[in-house]
Amino acid sequence: MTFLLLFYEFFKIGLFSIGGGLTTLPFLYALAEKRPQWFSAQNIVDMLAISESTPGPIGINMATYAGYMTAGPLGGLIATLGEVTPSVIIICIIARFLDQFDKNPHVRDAFYGLRASVIGLIIFAGSKVFAVTLLRAGSVRGVEAVLFVILLGFALKFRKVHPLIWIALGAVLGLVLKLPS
Amino acid sequence: MSKKQEKTTFWQLYTSFLKIGGLTFGGGLAMLPMLQREVIGKYGWVTEEQLLDIYAIGQCTPGIIAINTASMIGYKRRGVWGSIVATLGMVTPSLVLITLLASILSQFEESILLQRAFGGIRVAVCALITQSVFTLYKKSIVDLPTLLLCLATVVGTIFFHLSPIVFVLVGIVFGLVVQNLKRRAAK
Repeated sequence: MTFLLLFYEFFKIGLFSIGGGLTTLPFLYALAEKRPQWFSAQNIVDMLAISESTPGPIGINMATYAGYMTAGPLGGLIATLGEVTPSVIIICIIARFLDQFDKNPHVRDAFYGLRASVIGLIIFAGSKVFAVTLLRAGSVRGVEAVLFVILLGFALKFRKVHPLIWIALGAVLGLVLKLPS
Repeated sequence: MSKKQEKTTFWQLYTSFLKIGGLTFGGGLAMLPMLQREVIGKYGWVTEEQLLDIYAIGQCTPGIIAINTASMIGYKRRGVWGSIVATLGMVTPSLVLITLLASILSQFEESILLQRAFGGIRVAVCALITQSVFTLYKKSIVDLPTLLLCLATVVGTIFFHLSPIVFVLVGIVFGLVVQNLKRRAAK
C-alpha cells in the first residue's frame, strides 16, 4: 500500500512542479506535513544538500532520496518512476500534436503568473529550511545565523561558484564550529 | 551513410542519457553542454535549433526539465518506447548513487561528526536557497500584479497551509487573465 501511495504522491509532484531545480521542494514540504511518518522537514534539508552534491537532476535525486527514506531502495525506485511518469506522458502528447507549444501565446501568458507563484512557493520551502536550521524552540541559533549571513554574502558575490563548493564549506565549518549550536 | 540516417537503437538512447545524467550536476541549464556533445555532436539526433526548442518546451511543461528533454529526444528518435528508454537512462545514475549514499548515511546517523557536518551543510543550504530566490526574483516579479501574487502564495502556504498545487493552478489562471486584461486596457 505504501508503494502505491508513494507512486501517487510523486506522480502529483511530477505533474505540478513546472520548471527546474528547486520547484519540487515546496511539494516535498507539503508532503512531510501531510505524511510525517515518511520523512521530516529536517530530512528534506539533508536530502537537498546531498542532491545538490551528486550528479543527476536535483528533482530526481530528491525523489529517490525521499522514496528511500519512506520505504527503502524499492521506495526510491517507485517515487522516482512516479515523478517522471507525467513528464513522459505529457511530452509524448506534445511531441505528437503540439510542436510549437512553447511559442503559444496562451502558454506565455500563463507563465507570467506561474513564475510569480513558483517563486512564492520556493520562499515557502525556504522558510521551512530556515526554521529547522536557524531556529530552536522559537529562538534564533546565534552561530548559525551569523554564519548564514556571511555565507549568503559570499554566495551572492560569487554566483558562479558551484553549490557543491558551498555545501563542502558548510560541512567543514559545521565540524570546526561543532554545529548545531 | 550520414550519422542521421542510421537507425537509433534503444541501447544508444539509454547509454547516452545515462552518461548525461551521470556526468552533470544539477540538471537544468548545467546539462546543456553535455547534451550538445552527445545528442548533436556524437549522434546528430537533433539540430542545435531543435535542441533549444526542445529545451524551451521542457521548461514550460510539467516535470523536471532534464526528464522532459530526455523524453522529447527519445520520442523524436523512437516514439513512445524511445521516450521511456531515454528517461530511464537519465534517472539510472540518480537511483544508483542516491540509494548507495542514503544507505551509507543512514548507517552513520548516530555519528557526531556527521551530525556536525550536516549542521553546517544546512546553513549552506539556507544561503543557496536565498541566492536562488534573489536570482529568480528579477525574472519573475516584473510588476505589481506579480508581486501581489507572489505575496499571496507565501501567505497562503506558510500561514494557511494551502497546497502548493493550488498556487500552481492559481498562477496559470492569473497569468491568462491579467495578461488579457492588460491587452484590453492597451487597446
